[in-house]
Amino acid sequence: MSTETTAPATAGSAPEKTVITSWKAPIALGVFALLAVVLFVFTPRPADTSTFRLSTPSDVIQLPEIVLPTHATGIVMTVLLVALSAYSAWLVWQKRRVPLWLIVVFAVLFLIAFLAWAGAGASIPIYGLLIGTVSLSVPLIFGALGGVISERVGVVNIAIEGQLLAGAFASAVIASITGNPYVGLIGAAVAGVLVSFVLAAFAIKYFVDQIIVGVVLNVLVIGLTSFLFSQVLTENTELLNRPPRFEQIAIPILSEIPVIGPMLFRQSIIVYAMYVAVFLVWFGLFHTRWGLRLRAVGEHPQAADTVGIKVTTLRFWNVSLAGAIAGFGGAYFTLGSVGAFNKEMTAGMGFIALAAVIFGRWDPIRATLAALLFGFASNIQNVLGIIGSPVPSEFMLMVPYVVTIFAVAGLVGVSRPPAANGTPYIKS
Amino acid sequence: MSDKSREAEVQPEPAPQQTARPEAGEEPSRWGQAARDIVGGSAMISVLSVIIALAVGAVLIAWTDERVQETAAYFFARPGDTFAAIWEAVAGAYSALFQGSVYNFRREGFAAGIRPLTETLTFATPLIAAGLGVGVAFRVGMFNIGGRGQMLVAAAAAGWVGFALELPAVLHVAVAVLAGMVAGAIWGGIAGLLKARTGAHEVITTIMLNFVALYFVAYLLRTPGALQAPGSNNPKTPPMQETAILPDLLGPNYNLHFGFILVIAATVFVWWLMNRSSLGFQFRAVGENPHAARVAGMPVKMIYVYAMLFAGGFAGLAGVNQVLGTVTTGFGQGIDAGIGFDAITVALLGRSRPWGIFAAGILFGAFKAGGFSMQAAEGVPVDIVVVVQSLIVLFIAAPPLVRAIFRLPTPGAAPRRTLTPKEVAAK
Amino acid sequence: MKLEIRGITKRFGALVANDHIDLVVEPGEIHALLGENGAGKSTLMNVLYGLYRADEGDILLDDVPQHFSGPGDAMAAGIGMVHQHFMLIPVFTVAENVMLGHEPTKAGGRLDLPTARAKVREISERFGFDIDPDALVEDLPVGVQQRVEIIKALSRDAKVLVFDEPTAVLTPQETDELIEIMRQLKAAGTSIVFITHKLREVRAIADRITVIRLGKVVGEASPTASNVELASLMVGRAVELTVDKGASVPGGPALVVEDLSVINPRGDVVVKNVSFDVCAGEVLVIAGVQGNGQTELTEALLGLQERVTGRITLDGKPLTGRSVRQILDAGVGFVPEDRTEDGIVAEFTIAENLMLDRSTAAPFVKAGNLQLDYRDQFAREKVTEFDIRTQGIDTHAGRLSGGNQQKVVLARELSRDLRMFVAAQPTRGLDVGSIEVVHSRIIETRDSGIPVIVISTELDEVTALADRILVMYRGGIIGIVPGDTSRDVLGLMMAGEAPAGTGAAA
Repeated sequence: MSTETTAPATAGSAPEKTVITSWKAPIALGVFALLAVVLFVFTPRPADTSTFRLSTPSDVIQLPEIVLPTHATGIVMTVLLVALSAYSAWLVWQKRRVPLWLIVVFAVLFLIAFLAWAGAGASIPIYGLLIGTVSLSVPLIFGALGGVISERVGVVNIAIEGQLLAGAFASAVIASITGNPYVGLIGAAVAGVLVSFVLAAFAIKYFVDQIIVGVVLNVLVIGLTSFLFSQVLTENTELLNRPPRFEQIAIPILSEIPVIGPMLFRQSIIVYAMYVAVFLVWFGLFHTRWGLRLRAVGEHPQAADTVGIKVTTLRFWNVSLAGAIAGFGGAYFTLGSVGAFNKEMTAGMGFIALAAVIFGRWDPIRATLAALLFGFASNIQNVLGIIGSPVPSEFMLMVPYVVTIFAVAGLVGVSRPPAANGTPYIKS
Repeated sequence: MSDKSREAEVQPEPAPQQTARPEAGEEPSRWGQAARDIVGGSAMISVLSVIIALAVGAVLIAWTDERVQETAAYFFARPGDTFAAIWEAVAGAYSALFQGSVYNFRREGFAAGIRPLTETLTFATPLIAAGLGVGVAFRVGMFNIGGRGQMLVAAAAAGWVGFALELPAVLHVAVAVLAGMVAGAIWGGIAGLLKARTGAHEVITTIMLNFVALYFVAYLLRTPGALQAPGSNNPKTPPMQETAILPDLLGPNYNLHFGFILVIAATVFVWWLMNRSSLGFQFRAVGENPHAARVAGMPVKMIYVYAMLFAGGFAGLAGVNQVLGTVTTGFGQGIDAGIGFDAITVALLGRSRPWGIFAAGILFGAFKAGGFSMQAAEGVPVDIVVVVQSLIVLFIAAPPLVRAIFRLPTPGAAPRRTLTPKEVAAK
Repeated sequence: MKLEIRGITKRFGALVANDHIDLVVEPGEIHALLGENGAGKSTLMNVLYGLYRADEGDILLDDVPQHFSGPGDAMAAGIGMVHQHFMLIPVFTVAENVMLGHEPTKAGGRLDLPTARAKVREISERFGFDIDPDALVEDLPVGVQQRVEIIKALSRDAKVLVFDEPTAVLTPQETDELIEIMRQLKAAGTSIVFITHKLREVRAIADRITVIRLGKVVGEASPTASNVELASLMVGRAVELTVDKGASVPGGPALVVEDLSVINPRGDVVVKNVSFDVCAGEVLVIAGVQGNGQTELTEALLGLQERVTGRITLDGKPLTGRSVRQILDAGVGFVPEDRTEDGIVAEFTIAENLMLDRSTAAPFVKAGNLQLDYRDQFAREKVTEFDIRTQGIDTHAGRLSGGNQQKVVLARELSRDLRMFVAAQPTRGLDVGSIEVVHSRIIETRDSGIPVIVISTELDEVTALADRILVMYRGGIIGIVPGDTSRDVLGLMMAGEAPAGTGAAA
């Protein structure tokens, strides 16, 4: 007995592990599977077939329309959905984790079944669905990128809504005055930075709770833009609120790719800027010195400080950069889609962007995908509204918010925010 | 060894990441401290914040005023004109604000002149109620941004009871109030339950629940048989029945209704709850240090749920006041009138203390009442009030900034009170 | 490189943390800085490292005065630091942590990871470390994390290396290995400042010893000085290292723990099939190096852990599956390990803290109402009885010193009707005076016939208090031995070696 020695602790063998499983995912999938049974199997639709249109009439390459038998599709999909739920329950029973692919497949199947069911008897323009998705997602993606940068560096950014709105306002006014939408874009970024300056000053210098500053800033920007809109813009609409809009630019060849061509490559300059921004933020965060330091400050500011990184300065400028990106996205409202500024025209998009940040687990690519998902959900409602949907539009509009609640409740895995997110760095 | 040196000896060395804890050194005398607290402390900060915010508002009003712009064009020729125009614009706006919210000197007799003050109290009623909802959650370390959703579902529930049920006079209004508060409590409780069960951050869930409630109520409002008035195509409810309406306090010439009394009662109740009750003690303990509260045997997760039930209930009371007191002729989906968000600023201004919230609610009620008459009389958009309100809260949240502006002394040993409890900051 | 500190003074408000401190570290010397908790050692080193700015005094390197405005300057000048709380980013790899702050880059600002990896490997090989540059730091054991800290400092060519309480988290064996590393560094010409309050280690390795107390240098000593000499220098008076206690009169087993296992939220089995009992009227000390499951075991006893299997009974009544409230009501008194985090609510007054775990029932609450008069009267009594140094019962607990905060916790717990008392690291971070008070209270409690469990990582405390000692290692019990077991044997047990003649299930 006494001669037996255990291996020295420094060898560092990992401790015994057990997998902690949760019944959340099977329960949620089960609920949706049940919904599928009720809707797709037992709620008959007035028509027998559902048609999916994949090509726009102007496409060079025309894909054939896909015609599916409505009820049969519903039944097949529902069976698959039930099977997937059962499989996830079995996994948890076996003390194994429910993989992400299972949830993705489940979502896609549910979506196909839903579209077939809701669009029975009509012709569903898939291309329209996708093009609209990208358009609706643009401000969300810019906002989410701003959120990712700000939160990765350790400052909670509830003020995305304010940054978007400020960007929308500034770009409308400046583009109208100068007659140049590009100047408007720059103005939008500057306006976003100004909002961020306030956030940064209060959160970083005065250690005010970041959530409070963010919430109040949103109100402040709403108040300010509404005041100026009523007081100044409405009286000089021609001069101040009639900005030139960006034209769509079709990229040769690429825009002729079936389905994704029109969606990705027949867009305005802001959308192309968005592709670049997503790539740059992703590359910057994970492959450059800037990103490494930024993440270090968001995870463990003290450790960053001890290796000579100026935490406060780094936070200040990156929060400002986040504001610039979000503000830039705000320009899309006025220069890309609507064509004029209006009171509170961002209508809660900033909060959805925030949700995309969390849903995307603070990763620029995933946040972008989450934003696209939310854009898609809003757009489904638009498209179904045109072809006549059996589901009240309000419930479709709720989808992004409900999905976010599920997401933060941990149904898609536990998301871990940057460790020092929201905590001011106070040196004595 | 004297006590003082003993104190110093055992002081832990402040780690760099910690807030510099106030050292247990020599404390100033009680009265000296009191004087410093008044000058540099929170009460003074609040007053000064209001002054700065009004000043910024004045700048905005002057800057966008047409007369000012015209006279500014020849500023160097006749600067006096510009100053006169600025004075006219600002003084005009703020005097309209005052006359619209406190006392109208242009009306004959006290009964007519005082009417604006009763309007202020009417506007303050839901603000105080919703502010209490935010404040209670704050004290437990939670940030209730869901006032809007909680108000909407409460309004829907109370409204439905108010127009659809047939009940005897007093009972009807009581049931309607209760239904609204319960609905609000449930809506708030969902966020609490999600936090307790899954750790979902309440800031996100309450924001999301706001939108869910908004669309849900919008759906009910345009659905015949739910909330939509029969025979109408508008998304609006029928008017409330007489038996369900909160009675006027000062007769039919004034809008002030019994809801104000309910809100006073709610304020007293919150005071008792937070300062004198066992549950409130646990609320505060969880808010200040959830870890220690858990070790001390408090059911922290249930406390989160209870707190959000109370918070939602009070926000619900605000919704009830809107539909049974202020807008009794039927309501649409704008019934919350931004009160859910204003409530956050009210709670922050009132530092989450019940009577502080009461006072802050009346101040913001005055801004609302005055803001509308300012818009009518002087053409200054009512949105300026939103700007002033949010600036007040921003400045109040950053006492060092206000002190720097006015060059006030820093209260020495007094610990810096953060407005939100640790849990939020620590996340 | 020669380091000289001249007349450094650092104040925090009214407190003088460093009072004209002088210190000279010659090239290739291991200079120990010895002092009690709170004597001002860490403050001094933070000044040296540029984290704090000194109010007075100079820092000289090779006789050249330095002006550090941040850690970047200190590092550039050749000062490296191995922090007590590791300054590593858990979600970064070893290479990323090492490169942070002086990242090699390729064209376009891209990080040059291969270079960083090579650097880690090169330094690892020099000292015979086995470290994977691509491992995530959070997955590494603490001993290895410390080596990453060392690599980090060396990768910046540190000529003066400061070790701040480096052995607090190590097993005796890991400590020996660290001492060996320090010798290697010294042989390579690095100057070392070794901050500690552990006398044994100082005598094992230091070339020179400087003792500081209350922020002042109180003397120098050579490594040949005896423990008692060093201790009295450190504390400022003759210290008794033992607690005055009579023999225990144990009754029957009161607390019985059978086959207890605890799984943490990450899925690690942190306590593994543990069985033991504690008799009325005895002190069982649970010893072990920090992080071997003691914390989780204690929390499981109090109902604070969620995934617990096995059985716990107190006086025959089961405690498993009960809420914290029910366990407290069953008569378990608890002094938590992290006082400021778990023991008190800093923003509450002393009076409120004294009723913290009795906030739902009489005598502090009647019909849902707080009994303020009773509370204040109770608080005044306890402040006197436990000699809590404060201006009044309305003082916020956060403004008390650590020792007085601990007295508040003790007063609260010991004034309940106890059937068992659990004290986790009850003297951590306290001064000698407070330690004596806490120890005598614990022995008093034992003598009144209550079973007592003390969790401690300090061998001095373990031997001073224990009637029996339970040593934990990697979540299991390595052995339960009598209170008078020698330190050498205990040290071996803490490193995972079962003692002769006892089985793991003893």
